Amino acid sequence: MDASVILFYVISVLLVLSSLMVVFLRNVVHCALALVVALFLIAILFVMLHAPMVGVLQVLVYAGAIMVLFLFVIMFLNPTASEPRRKLWWGFGSAAALLLAASLAALLSNGEAPADPVTATETFGSPETLAKSLFTDFVLPFEITSVLLLVAIIGAVVLAKREP
Amino acid sequence: MIVDIGIVAVKAFLVLFMVLNLAGILGWIERKGSALIQDRIGANRASVFGFAGMGLINTLIADPLKFLTKEDFVPPEGDKFLHTLAPCMTLFTALVTFAVIPFGDVLVLGERVINLQVANLNIGILYVFAIGSLGVYGIVIGAWASNNKFSLMGAVRGSAQMISYEVAMGLSVIGILMVFGTLELQEIARGQGTLIRDMLPESAGFLRSTVGRLPAWGIFLQPLAFLLFFTAAVAETKRIPFDLPEAESELVAGYHVEYSGGKFLMFFAGEFAEIVTAAGLMTTLFFGGWQVPYLMRDGFHFPWGEAVVLPHLAVTALQVGAFTLKVIFFCWLQILLRWSVPRFRYDQVMRLGWKMLLPLALLNVIVTAIVIIALQ
Amino acid sequence: MVPLDYYLILSAVIFAIGVIGVLVRRNLIVVLMSIELMLNAVNLTFIAFSRYLASMQGQVVVIFVMAVAAAEATVGLAIVIAIYRNRQTPLVDEYDAMRR
Repeated sequence: MDASVILFYVISVLLVLSSLMVVFLRNVVHCALALVVALFLIAILFVMLHAPMVGVLQVLVYAGAIMVLFLFVIMFLNPTASEPRRKLWWGFGSAAALLLAASLAALLSNGEAPADPVTATETFGSPETLAKSLFTDFVLPFEITSVLLLVAIIGAVVLAKREP
Repeated sequence: MIVDIGIVAVKAFLVLFMVLNLAGILGWIERKGSALIQDRIGANRASVFGFAGMGLINTLIADPLKFLTKEDFVPPEGDKFLHTLAPCMTLFTALVTFAVIPFGDVLVLGERVINLQVANLNIGILYVFAIGSLGVYGIVIGAWASNNKFSLMGAVRGSAQMISYEVAMGLSVIGILMVFGTLELQEIARGQGTLIRDMLPESAGFLRSTVGRLPAWGIFLQPLAFLLFFTAAVAETKRIPFDLPEAESELVAGYHVEYSGGKFLMFFAGEFAEIVTAAGLMTTLFFGGWQVPYLMRDGFHFPWGEAVVLPHLAVTALQVGAFTLKVIFFCWLQILLRWSVPRFRYDQVMRLGWKMLLPLALLNVIVTAIVIIALQ
Repeated sequence: MVPLDYYLILSAVIFAIGVIGVLVRRNLIVVLMSIELMLNAVNLTFIAFSRYLASMQGQVVVIFVMAVAAAEATVGLAIVIAIYRNRQTPLVDEYDAMRR
């Protein structure tokens, strides 16, 4: 029961709580802020898993840019319509039960993955190793992703433009 | 183990102490400095037993007392929890950024070598940008919770400006990262201790004898990047000339119009803490951080051959003192800038960020890459 | 050390919560946020496996997933703005023009 296990339990409880808040809160702005907290906690988990570069990119890109975009749209649109809550309870009950069953199946079915991680070198997950991997083995997906982002920017501008 | 945690706690306390005190003193410099520039006297009425201390009593004691004893007012339709959370987020992100900025080289106590930096992350500068991008939330949430159209407009402008200049800020730093080859701020500060002469190859004889005598500070290696970073940092902290989000004459104080008392003090302190952070980053990346020119770990080594030996504690004290002086200089420079130039119009701000800073930063990266390859 | 199974269960639970959000909520923006939650659960699985198998590929894939998620969120929100301008409501139940 050393410090990392306790930290993991604390963070996972907070993470599940904030995800539940994302899904179940009524006010959309509160949902968005709960999602920011959830993303930040996941970034902490990434750093615990020896992926500091991916963790800080998660905060920079996801929590820092994408969620700001969400909040922008919420503030602009100011959606005040409240949703009906009545007839969907059994829908969510069955969906929740089904997928939690699937997650328990995942627990029971893996015996080959090592329970203890391979001792990581000092540079595992550091910017150097990540960049080396990204620009040598994965250079083609990298270039294609940049084109994808360009297409997404153009698409978003075209879709959200006001008709003159 | 306990001693390690204790040392980190002491360092964190020291850094917080310095930043918050500097933020308070900056408030005083702003009031008295602006009064000097505008040929008036400034605040000097509050006094203790007749001692008014050039406005120090007023700014550092009377004003905080006034703020803290005001009524805590949340707008009636506003969101109470978010209204209280927003200034906390601004102040938190402004203070936490200072964790990776090195304020000295090493302090050797007995056999323990203490790195004078609160947290030595291997992702260094990216941590600063990540926390900076979280700083947008303070504004957005604060304005939303105020339920006020002026606040909302100020917040939309402010957050759009902040995320635009984050891009320019990040790209302008890439040149420095390429030259020093690392993301860690302590390594960048240490790398600026060599002379430029040692970074050039043997063949560039002429360059080595003229420019090569200078220390390898970022300002000499990347002057354009410094200008871009300075502009982007001032825009990030929403100081004049980029302060349309909180324009006092147009938007009735923008996104913190519904804030009074302690929460406004937190916004205010957060803004000054951001000034200190921007100054800290500028000194670390471009002006050698804690480096004194020609001062190595055992004393001065001048390029013309002379060497002065100094004890270790004196060297460390000189370096920490140099860092503090440089940070104060850049804070003063930002305050001077505020009272010297008029503010930009909003479309001018956006055009500057996207159409001028971004292409220049990309150009800087390309030219730096060409020069580095040519000099190898 | 935290065993790998714990990370897998955690990410499965987060994924399930995201699925609940997509199925139950009627507000389009909350649906998009639940999709982001599901993507993050998958990212967590990738990083956990990357750590436990000592391979960098998981982390590189996560970077691509993040980039694609950013693109998808952008276009999705642009669609939300366009639909809102037309229908004046964010509830997906009201988007029934093709049904009538």
